[in-house]
Amino acid sequence: MKLTGSEIFVEALKREGVEVIFGIPGGVVLGLYDTLYRQDDIEVILTRHEQGATHAAEGYARATGKPGVVLVTSGPGATNTVTGLANANMDSVPIVVFTGQVSTGLIGNDAFQEADIVGISRPCTKYNYLVKDVNDLAQTIKEAFYIATSGRPGPVLIDIPKDVSQNKADYKPIDKVYIRSYNPTIQGNQWQIKRAAEAILRSKKPIIYAGGGVVSSNASSELKALAEAFHIPVCMTLLGLGGFPGTHPLSVGMLGMHGTYWANMAIHNSDLIIAIGSRFDDRVTGRVADFAPQAKIIHLDVDPTSIRKNIHVDIPIVGDAGHVLADLNKVLHAKGEGDWGKIREPWLKQVEEWKKKHPLTYRHDAKIIKPQYVIEKIYEITGGDAIVVTDVGQHQMWTAQYYKIDKPRRFLSSGGLGTMGYGLPAALGAQIAYPDDLVIEIAGDGSIQMNIQELATAVIYKLPVKVFIINNRYLGMVRQWQQLFYEGRYSASVLGQKPDFVKLAEAYGAAGLRAKEPNEVEGTIKEALKIKGPVVVDFVVNPTENVYPMVPAGGAINEMIFDDPVKAKEATSKKGKTEDSIQTA
Amino acid sequence: MKEEGNEHIISVLVENKSGVLSRVAGLFSGRGFNIESLCVGPTLDESVSMITIVTRGDERILEQITKHLNKLIDVVKVTDLSEREYLVRETALIKVNTRSEDRAEALRIADIFRARVVDSTFNTYTIEITGDPEKIEAIINLLRPLGIKELARTGRIAIAREELKAPSAGNGSRKAVMDMEG
Repeated sequence: MKLTGSEIFVEALKREGVEVIFGIPGGVVLGLYDTLYRQDDIEVILTRHEQGATHAAEGYARATGKPGVVLVTSGPGATNTVTGLANANMDSVPIVVFTGQVSTGLIGNDAFQEADIVGISRPCTKYNYLVKDVNDLAQTIKEAFYIATSGRPGPVLIDIPKDVSQNKADYKPIDKVYIRSYNPTIQGNQWQIKRAAEAILRSKKPIIYAGGGVVSSNASSELKALAEAFHIPVCMTLLGLGGFPGTHPLSVGMLGMHGTYWANMAIHNSDLIIAIGSRFDDRVTGRVADFAPQAKIIHLDVDPTSIRKNIHVDIPIVGDAGHVLADLNKVLHAKGEGDWGKIREPWLKQVEEWKKKHPLTYRHDAKIIKPQYVIEKIYEITGGDAIVVTDVGQHQMWTAQYYKIDKPRRFLSSGGLGTMGYGLPAALGAQIAYPDDLVIEIAGDGSIQMNIQELATAVIYKLPVKVFIINNRYLGMVRQWQQLFYEGRYSASVLGQKPDFVKLAEAYGAAGLRAKEPNEVEGTIKEALKIKGPVVVDFVVNPTENVYPMVPAGGAINEMIFDDPVKAKEATSKKGKTEDSIQTA
Repeated sequence: MKEEGNEHIISVLVENKSGVLSRVAGLFSGRGFNIESLCVGPTLDESVSMITIVTRGDERILEQITKHLNKLIDVVKVTDLSEREYLVRETALIKVNTRSEDRAEALRIADIFRARVVDSTFNTYTIEITGDPEKIEAIINLLRPLGIKELARTGRIAIAREELKAPSAGNGSRKAVMDMEG
């Protein structure tokens, strides 16, 4: 049967089980969009910017575990996806991005809306293709989905020239894919797994350091089994949140630069770190030379290049977290007799003491809304049962600290790349995947404006995302660093009181609410959750609140600061004469 | 610029597709690894090419380089030849300015190195030399005082040495060639 490239494209996507495509049409992809118009199996979501389409696909993929799909035009359409590609590449999110390209005969001629997107995206994709012949299209699509979703997941880009989508070819459905030079290791080396088991049984002060790999390999239950059987505390990276229940007694929360004191102390003083699907990022390790000096390190990751990249590893295990943990649990189960609750007691008690020494705290204020208070209230009112999406900055760290995530794929954030503007479109992607779930986007007033146009997408497609803006009138994290390390010179970090987010929401056709005082916070959140459609809530918060605790850049992770240097002094000198009271999380 | 660590010769078998060289080169530049020499050529199997890369680094960097190369989808096989016995060769074409009084000297130098003169004009010789990098460096140094007009070098290629076995093992190597062709 002869089909056009466009028809092959749609057929191949259907075979991959694709239900939704995010994108924006343009000159060279009109044929592809026309074919999509004439079918009902795949829904097309028109975003307002290609970056929005890419992040929406990421949100969809992170929330479901299925690959997100994007279709955009050539030139600027294609280059606008680059930030999303880089983000997905850093955070191992499976997306497949289709870009239109000028006809094969014009490639290289600087034709209208031509960009060498394969060249541009090479370092920020897991793999990419330029399809020069319609006969290769079906095979290429099959390979792309396989590469995007297997091993360490990531973004794959397929560039389709206009004539390739118009030309006809015999279409044969492709069921199997084999790439001789690409065989991700899934099963771990049994000898190393045995060594890891022995190290775990010998260890007196172990800690599990769980990353995004736990979530993307669906290894949460195996991880829980391991932690519970041997009473091992679990700390998580930003992307690992939800990989282990945040409310579990063994959870010590997030580690790293803005992690909890007790997670960092536990890592620093441990004698064994069991790293699972994490990559010893600099935001996690702090000063590498002083990272966990007494600890042996077991590192389990599907990507061999993550192992020994930043940190020396004693027991490397390359493999899929779920498979390896299952094997490890089996070996441990056979060997690990003993009253582990009792054996671990001193260690867990020590961790508890660190927690008591420096819990997550902030100064409550009767007049000004504290951002941490907003997150706490959102957590309380939603009962922790929402898909939480964040942008990047202070609000992101506060959310990671104060909103405890209990289930995997319920916390979506831009980790490695730190992409402001990720949140709103990613929330839309998650809401499309789960129309009946409560999806909350917690944003800053800076980052929300980087993809604010997607509010139109939310309204048009009736996606009832609740956007909670922690509005401090600054690029808050930048301002915090300027205050702490640049003597308070707020160079280009002052946003000012613009725009009026309530009016802006209304202009887009969404509901807009505002809370200016602490006693309005609870009511406003409840009101927002009652509204059926998309809502934007503007929380006017304390402009100079900082995220603590904090490991200053270049510091070791046990060297944390807990308060503003000046404020700490004021608080002690006033001794309770102030309205401020210390509130404990 | 010379970096810390030992020199390593890595041979990388890659799919013979467009863009592959740029993926390999991009990996080195993007991750700050160093390339001292890079050479690409076909193999017996038309579907793959051989890239020979000379790089430098300590054990940790070399581990990362090999892992990252292996991670590239189009890379079929990575071998760090420096872990075993290997042969290394490079070819250079050296165009030497020769005044009449130097022409004999140029020929003598070529002769000492068993190099060949492949082109000759009234005031130049073009000398072809093949050998290990030290040999190439040596002849260049000797010819330099005469005046080198142009120099073209291929970059290094390398191949692992076979273990020395009794003559009956000869069939084995023949078989190996056939395997590669199949």
